[in-house]
Amino acid sequence: MQTLTPQRLRELDLKATDVREGIIRALLAAGSGHSAGSLDMADIFTALYGHVMRHRPEEPTWPQRDRLLLSCGHIAPVRYSAMANFGYFPVDELLTLRKFGTRLQGHPERVTLPSVETTSGPLGEGLAQGVGMAQGAKMDGADYRVYVVTSDAEHQCGLHWEAMMTAAKFKLDNLLCIIDRNFIQIDGSTEEIMPLEPLADKYRAFNWEVFECDGHDIAAFVATVERAHAVKDKPQVIIAKTIPGKGVSYMEGDYTWHGRPPNAEQAKNALAELAATRERILAHV
Amino acid sequence: MSNTQTLDRAAQAMNLIDYRDTANLKQLPTRNGFGEGLLEAAQANRNVIGICADLSESTRFEALKNTLPEQYLEIGVAEQMLVAMAGGLAAVGKIPWIASYAMFNPGRSWEQVRTIMALNQSNVKIAGAHAGVSVGPDGATHQAIEDIAIMRVIPHMFVVVPCDSVQTKKATLALSQTFGPTYLRFAREKSAIITSEATPFEIGKAQIFREGADVAIVACGILVYNALIAADKLSRERGIECRVVNNHTVKPMDEAAILDAAKTCGAVVTVEEHQVHGGMGSRVAEILSAQHPTPIEFIGVDDRFGQSGDPVELIEHYGMGSAAIEAAVLRAHARKRP
Repeated sequence: MQTLTPQRLRELDLKATDVREGIIRALLAAGSGHSAGSLDMADIFTALYGHVMRHRPEEPTWPQRDRLLLSCGHIAPVRYSAMANFGYFPVDELLTLRKFGTRLQGHPERVTLPSVETTSGPLGEGLAQGVGMAQGAKMDGADYRVYVVTSDAEHQCGLHWEAMMTAAKFKLDNLLCIIDRNFIQIDGSTEEIMPLEPLADKYRAFNWEVFECDGHDIAAFVATVERAHAVKDKPQVIIAKTIPGKGVSYMEGDYTWHGRPPNAEQAKNALAELAATRERILAHV
Repeated sequence: MSNTQTLDRAAQAMNLIDYRDTANLKQLPTRNGFGEGLLEAAQANRNVIGICADLSESTRFEALKNTLPEQYLEIGVAEQMLVAMAGGLAAVGKIPWIASYAMFNPGRSWEQVRTIMALNQSNVKIAGAHAGVSVGPDGATHQAIEDIAIMRVIPHMFVVVPCDSVQTKKATLALSQTFGPTYLRFAREKSAIITSEATPFEIGKAQIFREGADVAIVACGILVYNALIAADKLSRERGIECRVVNNHTVKPMDEAAILDAAKTCGAVVTVEEHQVHGGMGSRVAEILSAQHPTPIEFIGVDDRFGQSGDPVELIEHYGMGSAAIEAAVLRAHARKRP
């Protein structure tokens, strides 16, 4: 990974704002979809596509690419918007989200859009597939890395824990799991619905190397990834603390935005806020 | 019983073993054929690997495990993990065979099979061992008799149910070289070897094992043997000549062979060690009712669960023995249109 200069960091912060705008426009056009998690992962997806990952937007299935799996497929808008904003396809295509004939299915599908690496939506399955890819890299002596983005509520699924055990057994140090720790799910607070804490201790008990960071601080996230990459013989997890709906004030922290899109008026307000955020970043020297 | 007459022309063309010579007929579990085929496929292609969920001996993974340990992974009792991890390995170019008892994989892992294997059009191969009530003493929890139904309903899936150990080996080799999500079903107990090395095998191509024009028996799995025995007896005792079709590929089914059998014979009996509801016979009925309505009788488990017992005893109890097949042929024959 290259050094993250202040200039580059500012470019990424601007890009994250573009990604959020793309999410709002896509969700408005679709008329359905998941707002809160998509928005809160915009900074991390920007960091992954813009700085962390080895990939070629012009050659999406380049064999040496790092693999990024989105386990919680319902926040597809953030991945699609990041892909569009980093050159995988035109930004205007985001407006086809969830519409008949689109490559941007409501939940990502590998057959229609191969660079999403796998079909996801049924929860708790991404890490297990990431384990397979990371083990495949080990068997072939390949040096690509595998990144798996999961939600916190997905940890209520048993398969995720099977994958945690397996990753540790095979010493998959080429595997990094990133948890969107936003503390919400459709029915409310994760800690009320099925308490996950102490989450970090649970990963440690499963023989993982655990890191925690602010999921909205791109510099901190990149620095944490660098520390994770230095770990040998163990899979790593970054528990990224995020604010659901981040970047759109009326959505922030409100679980009811988990699974619904903004209406026209709400989208207009959201885009105005994001425009103001962009101005603030540009004004800050 | 020995028989001085040679097998009919269809059986000769298929290079079958003389299945009537029961005293000398060799018996081996179909799972043995899987173990042999997997090792051979893995020796020919280093991307062919096996992933095991704590059943290496009984699923016959041991030959691979001992001979090519670098192409073998053990993940413990975790069947959803089995499918999902195999999906990841297939995504990066491996050809993973995953094996457990059919009751647990695909029984427990069906949603992962649908999403990760089929919707992804992934090159994962499931070996479903211990299928059918002939698992025997383990009882109903371990006797998969719904697996064909839940697999044949999934788009893109290959579903193959070979008739004996020799054919299971050929199927394992052929499926290892055929891209796509796959379900290979086989059984626990010893069963008659009716095919030889020279018997052809092609995925999706049903085989005529006995010629006849009175009633067609369309069978799959180890019960093909019972179908042949029933046909032989009906010929000798009643002069009813059955065509016996080894319908080993349940999906994609050989529609031309099914239609030809129905048109030639005018009545059909389907035979499988599976629930009648939703199985191989149901697919035959779907094909015929749409294209050539024909009287059909179904041999299989009639909407019940299995139980502990001796395999042969259970096959008889659930109405899948050769006598039950004979009775079904007579019923089908009586229903033929003049």
